[in-house]
Amino acid sequence: MTKLFTLFLLCTCCLSAHAALDPAQVLQLANEDSSVKVAAIQKMTEAADSDAARVLKAMADGQLFLSANKVVVIDGDKAFDASTGEPIKMPSNPDSITVNNRIRGELANALAALSLFDKDVGVRLASAQELQTRVSPDLVPVLARALAKETDNAVKALLKMAHAQANLGNADPAARLAAVRVLSGSSSPNIRSALLPLTDKAKEPDNKVRYGAISAVKAIDGRLELTENLARVFSGLSLGSILLLAALGLAITYGVMGVINMAHGELLMVGAYSAYAVQSIFRNYFPNAIDWYLPAAIPVAFFAAALVGVVMERTVIRWLYGRALETLLATWGLSLVLIQAARIVFGAQNVEVSNPSWMSGGIELMPNLLLPWNRLVIIGFALFVLLLVWVLMNKTRLGMFVRAVTQNRAMAGCVGVPTSRIDTMAFGLGAGIAGLGGLALSQISNVGPDMGQGYIVDSFMVVVVGGVGQLAGAVWAALGLGIFTKLLEGWAGAVIAKIAVLVFIIVFIQKRPQGIFALKGRVIE
Amino acid sequence: MEKSFTLRVLKSLNRKSWLALGLFLAVTLVVVPVLHLLVPPESAFHVSAYAITLFGKIMCYAIVAVAMDLIWGYGGILSLGHGLFFALGGYAFGMYLMRQIGRDGSYQSDLPDFMVFLDWKKLPWYWSGSDSLWWVAFLVIVVPAIVAFIFGYFAFRSRIKGVYFSIITQALTYAAMLLFFRNETGFGGNNGFTDFKRILGYSITSPDMRLVLFGLTALMLAATLVFARWLVTSKFGRVLTAIRDAESRVMFIGYNPLWYKLFAWVISAILCGIAGALYVPQVGIINPSEMSPANSIEIAIWVAVGGRGTLIGPVIGASVVNLAKSWFTVSFPEYWLFFLGLLFILVTLLLPHGLVGLWKTLRQSRGPRT
Repeated sequence: MTKLFTLFLLCTCCLSAHAALDPAQVLQLANEDSSVKVAAIQKMTEAADSDAARVLKAMADGQLFLSANKVVVIDGDKAFDASTGEPIKMPSNPDSITVNNRIRGELANALAALSLFDKDVGVRLASAQELQTRVSPDLVPVLARALAKETDNAVKALLKMAHAQANLGNADPAARLAAVRVLSGSSSPNIRSALLPLTDKAKEPDNKVRYGAISAVKAIDGRLELTENLARVFSGLSLGSILLLAALGLAITYGVMGVINMAHGELLMVGAYSAYAVQSIFRNYFPNAIDWYLPAAIPVAFFAAALVGVVMERTVIRWLYGRALETLLATWGLSLVLIQAARIVFGAQNVEVSNPSWMSGGIELMPNLLLPWNRLVIIGFALFVLLLVWVLMNKTRLGMFVRAVTQNRAMAGCVGVPTSRIDTMAFGLGAGIAGLGGLALSQISNVGPDMGQGYIVDSFMVVVVGGVGQLAGAVWAALGLGIFTKLLEGWAGAVIAKIAVLVFIIVFIQKRPQGIFALKGRVIE
Repeated sequence: MEKSFTLRVLKSLNRKSWLALGLFLAVTLVVVPVLHLLVPPESAFHVSAYAITLFGKIMCYAIVAVAMDLIWGYGGILSLGHGLFFALGGYAFGMYLMRQIGRDGSYQSDLPDFMVFLDWKKLPWYWSGSDSLWWVAFLVIVVPAIVAFIFGYFAFRSRIKGVYFSIITQALTYAAMLLFFRNETGFGGNNGFTDFKRILGYSITSPDMRLVLFGLTALMLAATLVFARWLVTSKFGRVLTAIRDAESRVMFIGYNPLWYKLFAWVISAILCGIAGALYVPQVGIINPSEMSPANSIEIAIWVAVGGRGTLIGPVIGASVVNLAKSWFTVSFPEYWLFFLGLLFILVTLLLPHGLVGLWKTLRQSRGPRT
């Protein structure tokens, strides 16, 4: 609202023509009785000229005073005549004009309506949007006039809705019916609740209007459900991209070494804390470039997590080769140590990692369907990492070796692949990708020592469903599980969704023990 | 010649083991009660209520550890979800304890306090009969058994094993934890059950009741050990061990591993349930955090520390780790996780056969024995 006012102020300042208002009418603004004030405000709104806007704006800002039976505007040390806008001498002890809440609301409405006649399309659009949520029947004439004058299509559509909404209270059933017909094309929950009283027999005597309202509410409900489902699919995509980032690293290490790294979630945490550390450095040393801390954190997160991963592999995991269950326990131990280390270094509380300014806000596809930028960026980032991994695995020598070891370790060793070094590299790579996942996670969820704990099971599920060592499988599984979970969550609640996904996976493994995309070939234990 | 069942059970332990077991029962059933009730608190020989609760708790953990060892040490199946069965047993018995509070709760209602708080008017159907000790004792055994059977049947049937199985059991206990966290599930949500007052009308905080529970736990532990010993030396145990070592070969010989694994799995779950039921009245609380994945994986480390594939190992492991835990969490609370983490790493790296294995190696290196 304040934004609108500022815009408004700017525009009114540009207007130099002073078509004087009727002083008697302006005087009514200073009346003791609130109802008279309201009537005066409405009258001035209908007049819809720039002077009216100027006076009402002054009134809303508390700059309107009464002095010697004359309404004056006092702005700082300058005084103007309210009806003409001419500068006058500063009056001595003027009486302020009280603006109570009722008047304040009326003024806000009036100002929004008045700015419908602004020259700037942006201002008109903003005020038309403003009017969508609270429109009163008194605005019908103003809206009708604004509608007649409007040239911009987007503003026109909004005005039509506002006009129809204002007309819902019209005494003439035909006008109400026309309004209902217009509104049935909407997909906003506000309009739905505005229509709801008209479906009630006690409040709407006219049958035609009532039936029209009922079918309009139905039409809006249908559209609302559609947007709701679209929103669910989108948050499923977003969850899927997080799952993908978490699972890609695990897929590589599990594929190459056949061990599940229970500390994988803690590698996510390392990545998230790297984002926090880089953010702190930028805050302290480069406060001007703070918006760019995130790109700078990408390599930091990757290499920090990769380093931790390589150390883990060299010191613990390689000594447990062939003992998969013991590796589970040892890596669980590693995860405990990492969690406690994070608690000691960064404190047990969650730390604050903020979105850069270019990631806040979002794209509004439809009313009540907002795609936040941070989620969109993460989906894009996941695609970028996926591409990176694909290139690395399919187009480089290292990738070829990794695939060779995944398929047949002994044979790869026989033809000269340095399997033990490949293990370390693959583990470092997987850990680094987990670090990137943590970086992405830091933008949408809390960053704390325990943040990684919940992800190991989910990412393992992705690997299991997708098939070991299969990039395409991991992608489909991550997106599928993400969307499936979110859709279920919408219908049945988060806990039931979690259990349903678990049951689904157990059933799935019965049918396809090798995942969606199984490696072709014969394998025995 | 076919030996009688009693004889086979007797034969499954050697004389030294029977002697040790007898000694253990004598200490827990006679010496400790005497020292607790008859020796004045000032005396150095007095056993405090704290110590009894602590050791009662540790014996419950030891039962769980033996149960875990049955399937991990002998069956080669690592479960990371055994906390679930423990908690299910605990919750089943907790229902009885909640009903025994009667009208002494803060709302003076026949319903447990949390139900009054949720504005429920009557008990949900699954609470029916929970005021009978016998029905609840039946539930303590049957509920974990049914859950284990259903889950195990599907998991083993599709030959899920190794890491797959471990992670899925972890997911299972995690999902159950989320379920029990919900108030609508009807088990007290976050807070679980607590503020117990009585068992069979006797106060739960009296020294006598404490000793009865302690003694029952000791008896249960002894019975578990004898039963497990008998089980693993029986033909069933041998097939189970064979499955652990080479499942495909056992299959080709003509055994169906499904039923062997499933039986061991269900037995293990039942033992955990009983341990949970004994644990709850001694500790005085049960809440969903008992089902957290971290708790379940700790059970595995007790077994690993003591030594897998032996029966005394898990008991030793559970005792050592939990004594260390109660000492650490008082003295250096912030280092307990470091210690536990390092324990996980070092035991798996350096002591694959646990303390029992270490003891055996040390004895062998001292001199050859016959």
